[in-house]
Amino acid sequence: MFPFCFEWAWDMAHAIFFGGLWYAVGILGAGMTYVVIKSAYDTMNDSGDSHHH
Amino acid sequence: MDSALIPEGVKRTSFPKFFLGMAVVGAVVLWGLIAVVLIWWKGLNQTNMNDYYGFALWIWADLAVIAVGGGAFFTGLLKYIFKVDELKNIINFAVIIGVICYSSALFILAIDVGQPLRSWFIFWHANVHSMLTEVAFCLSCYFAVLVIEFIPNVLENRQLNKVSFFHHLAHNMHGVMAVFAATGAFLSFFHQGSLGGVAGVMYGRPFAFREGLLIWPWTFFLFTWSAAAFGPCFTLLVTKITEAVTGKKLVSDKTVHLLAKISGWMITTYIIAKIIDTIYWATVTVPASGFTFSHFFSNNAFYGYWILFAEIVLCGVVPGLLLIYKPTRENSNLRLLAIILGVIGVCLNRWVMVLQVMAVPVMSFDTWALYIPSWQEVATTILPVAYGIMFIALAYRYLPVFPQEKELNYPAQPVVEGE
Repeated sequence: MFPFCFEWAWDMAHAIFFGGLWYAVGILGAGMTYVVIKSAYDTMNDSGDSHHH
Repeated sequence: MDSALIPEGVKRTSFPKFFLGMAVVGAVVLWGLIAVVLIWWKGLNQTNMNDYYGFALWIWADLAVIAVGGGAFFTGLLKYIFKVDELKNIINFAVIIGVICYSSALFILAIDVGQPLRSWFIFWHANVHSMLTEVAFCLSCYFAVLVIEFIPNVLENRQLNKVSFFHHLAHNMHGVMAVFAATGAFLSFFHQGSLGGVAGVMYGRPFAFREGLLIWPWTFFLFTWSAAAFGPCFTLLVTKITEAVTGKKLVSDKTVHLLAKISGWMITTYIIAKIIDTIYWATVTVPASGFTFSHFFSNNAFYGYWILFAEIVLCGVVPGLLLIYKPTRENSNLRLLAIILGVIGVCLNRWVMVLQVMAVPVMSFDTWALYIPSWQEVATTILPVAYGIMFIALAYRYLPVFPQEKELNYPAQPVVEGE
């Protein structure tokens, strides 16, 4: 699963499978991190009056 | 009792009535859970799987729910990437159906592996030459995508939305949803395809084996195509059932007609490809492997030519034509017939590609091996259906799932704001 695992090999199969996996996990992780941080920032700049629509 | 949680401006049944309904469905869930405990406690000897049937009812159910759950990724792709804005009226429900289907698929796999505590082995000790590893990776990641797509809907609950952070989180998640939808489409393409690929690469099973493009057999593309084609049928069917149960119109005819039209064209193009694939398989692949076409549909008590006819003509060509022809598409009875046939068709296709493959004799000394599931297998397969009903009931009651509900059911009210 990781390059430091004993089963790891630097071959095409590992590159494709785990490259794809970490690429997808990376996008999801980065996307969620961004929205959580932005939401926290927006909440702090809300000045108390919540606006719902 | 729970009126503070119910979305504003809509009516729901009384809490005792709702609770009673949930209790009835909950009894079915309980029956399934008893079977699950038995299987985890006593092992896979509780099933009727054997050396012929390493893949059985569960894997069919897995492939079927993943196929019909394809409505989520395809509707998301159309809505967020191709900007088909009309589908905003049904996208929440498509996502909910997707969450139910994929969580069910993962749950069934957790029973089927026999040693659920070792489920993580597929990641840690991954076999990087197996299509099923790709399926496991994509399935897990795509389920995460579906949960992410569902979160904003949960946060729009009347009470949760009062919390400023949740309000902003839901808003910001909507803002980047296209990125998640694109990732979901990428993951879906590969796991839907690889589920077909698993069957197509089995050269020792000539009923399933197909030639293809590079490393991908044609079944890879047919599975993805069929999920995108028939998935929306399932979304429309569950919407129709929900409307019938609630006695309300939840999605406008315009949206339903559009999704039905898209589904119809996808089904028609898919079924043309499927017919070409079947003819090539019957006339080239099968003779080359030393068999005759009739070998796969005769000399047994169940699998005859009828199943081929049912899958391709009755549940493929017919719904496709009914949905692309405007007068039949816009006739609610014929549209309902088409989407029911479509859902049966894709489930039948997965049945054939899992169970008929196992049943066909491949050795000269072999005979057909038919299989009847044990009650534990049946109970654990019905469990996700009951779970899905409970999930939809809870979501419908407490979340603003259908943005058009107010304007379609309470036209006298001046609040016609859309979403």
